Amino acid sequence: MSQVSEEEKAAFRQQVAAWMQANKPADPGFLLPQSFMEVGSEQQLDFLREWQHKVWSAGYLGMAWPREYGGQGVDPVFQSIADQEMRRHAVPICFNVIGLGWAGPLINDIGTEAEKARYLKGILTGEDIWCQGFSEPDHGSDLGNAQLRARRDGEEYVLNGTKIWTTMGNFAKYMILLARTNPEAERKYDGLSFFLAPMQVAGVDPRPIRKLTGEYGFTETFFTDARIPASCRMGEEGQGWKIAMKTLQYERGAEAGAAGGLAFVRIAIDDMIAGLADVERDGAPALQDPAIRDQLVQMIMEEKAVVLGDRRAAIGPLTTDYPFSLPLSNKLRFTESTRRMRQLAINLQGADGGLYVGDEGAREGGFWQRAYLNSFSATIGGGTSQVQANIIAEHILGLPK
Amino acid sequence: MSVIGNTALRFSEDQAMIMDVARAFCADRSPMASVRALLESDAGFDPAVWQEMVDMGWPGMTLPEALGGAGLGVAAAVPVFEAMGRSLLGGPLMASLLAGQLLLRAQVGNAADNALLAIAAGAPATIALLDSADWGAERIRCELQDGVLRGVKQQVLEAAAAEWFVVVAQEHNAPVLAVVPATAVAPAVRRDHVLIDATRRAQSIDFTGIQVSEEAVLRGPAVASALRDVRLMGALLLAAEAGGSAASCLDTTVDYLKTRKQFGKLIGSYQALKHPCVDILMAVDSTRSFVYHAATLLGEDALDTDAEIACRMAKAQATETLKYAGDRAVQFHGGMGFTWECDAQLYLRRAQWVQQAFGDAPHHRKRLAELLLDR
Repeated sequence: MSQVSEEEKAAFRQQVAAWMQANKPADPGFLLPQSFMEVGSEQQLDFLREWQHKVWSAGYLGMAWPREYGGQGVDPVFQSIADQEMRRHAVPICFNVIGLGWAGPLINDIGTEAEKARYLKGILTGEDIWCQGFSEPDHGSDLGNAQLRARRDGEEYVLNGTKIWTTMGNFAKYMILLARTNPEAERKYDGLSFFLAPMQVAGVDPRPIRKLTGEYGFTETFFTDARIPASCRMGEEGQGWKIAMKTLQYERGAEAGAAGGLAFVRIAIDDMIAGLADVERDGAPALQDPAIRDQLVQMIMEEKAVVLGDRRAAIGPLTTDYPFSLPLSNKLRFTESTRRMRQLAINLQGADGGLYVGDEGAREGGFWQRAYLNSFSATIGGGTSQVQANIIAEHILGLPK
Repeated sequence: MSVIGNTALRFSEDQAMIMDVARAFCADRSPMASVRALLESDAGFDPAVWQEMVDMGWPGMTLPEALGGAGLGVAAAVPVFEAMGRSLLGGPLMASLLAGQLLLRAQVGNAADNALLAIAAGAPATIALLDSADWGAERIRCELQDGVLRGVKQQVLEAAAAEWFVVVAQEHNAPVLAVVPATAVAPAVRRDHVLIDATRRAQSIDFTGIQVSEEAVLRGPAVASALRDVRLMGALLLAAEAGGSAASCLDTTVDYLKTRKQFGKLIGSYQALKHPCVDILMAVDSTRSFVYHAATLLGEDALDTDAEIACRMAKAQATETLKYAGDRAVQFHGGMGFTWECDAQLYLRRAQWVQQAFGDAPHHRKRLAELLLDR
């Protein structure tokens, strides 16, 4: 439990709020990414890097990390407050998410002094961009089956294989990499090792993937006899799976060890409704159209059910039937309702719904069109909705495989 | 202010205790064999079970202690109806509770105390509310003129068991409530409905010509507000019941999918059956969340806008959930599902009745649109 007094928290919150208000950047004149998975251009990258650096300089990023590595060594509750205020003020994201939320906390937890000194500060300042090499083209979300080969050769490992959906792979300096050091291991998991791998070495070729939005944000990363120092390995050979799983636990935010900062911009249904104020349908305001009103109410209820579900999940006596159904269905529920909401936003725009980013008449610069197309990253990534449904059916309802 | 609005959800120790008791009681007293035996009975419920409910104080649960109740508020009754819905247990409880709330909220001074004391002591009561098939109608057709009622009421719930009727009427276009003892309602003016949900009973009653004494009429501005509140509470209690029914309907379907083999495989392994079951599970989860959120916002005072929104959302969600769960239950049981003997029909038929009572989902969403989008 946090030892910080309520007064101290309130004073800090006020201080952050004032800073955010004063320093929230003006509209740069081009669409900013809504999540760290959407950084497609140098222009966006430069802007976000500058913003993250500014947030860190002001003392609102990595607050709970040790002082000697760029943090402030304070109670994580301060970072949580800073994150809440960033969300509330709808400022841009802190884009270096794999570093801030995955690699950084991991290094902070189990890294050597040398690793901490070398990597942590650059993550916070945004100077060193990190990416993640877990998924592979033929194995989707089956991480345990990763086949990228890391063969020991003296004081080096030689890497051969391919990683896919590498976020910011073309900008990154380092990758947290899950690779197979022992193809003969009895259990597939025991053949995996974990690396803090440099990206700028010969034989590493990150090729940007053009998304359905027309933009970039991910790479397919090819490794061809790429040599990295053996000292890049984290932990022992064969511990890769365990360490990779450990990185997932930091998702819960600053309290769990992450550096903090916004990873994505929350798009509220209120934003969608506000954007429809001047839309007409059949010669009258669209918001007065009974069919549209019915759709909007259904969408509001869908979102509200997600929020209320989170509340109810915390009440033991109200979760006795299927104790894990709410937490286990959260991803499916949230990502699907997000997708449907963004799709509805396009439907409701009339002819403008057919315009896209780049058309000067597109509503909010084509924000909703792009957001809808990007929403599939969440309904597909991290286990598709259909795989999620199988998991829920089998693990919660006990239906046969 | 976000359209997502109030998201309070609390559950008291009292409610948790009541839920445990109610679930155990309903499961024990209403096994499927009893439900089936009662389907074709006249009363539709077992008087001995009702008496046990009376002995536990359920009819007076939400009435003040001074009137022989437990003073717990409507929120405490929500888990009871959820449990009853789960076990398809019927009887006069919901009709009595709503009649009691209507009188309590509408009365000035102690005008209805006698009827309330009787209800708390276990005399079944019911509201004669519906003038037509339109649950959304604002205008009351049944009239009270010079102390005499004129009008026919539809679907008066558990009317055969009721000892008291609270008749909703209008007098010079103002809503009034007439408290009528069952003895004043002759068999000749009653017609038993055949409901699609055979676990319930209701009558159509022609109140024309029935005289109401002056002290048995409740008038004044509190009547309109009490009627609004009771319609919302009726929607919520039915939502709780429907949520319970949908949960056990899902269990019934899932059990079948785990045992039935076709083409050499358990049919539950087919994604075409699996995924809809997950959709139903998530809808049941949403229903529970909305129901207990609404229960959290109910108080003794007139329902505020947040409570109204919550009750309407609960009913809209629960109705659609039970419809879907019942519909898929019949389909997924295959040929068995088409038979009377298969329990899936009980849920499917209940869903058709429940969706209408106290307003269907489109009705509530229409009102929600006004509350959420026109502010």
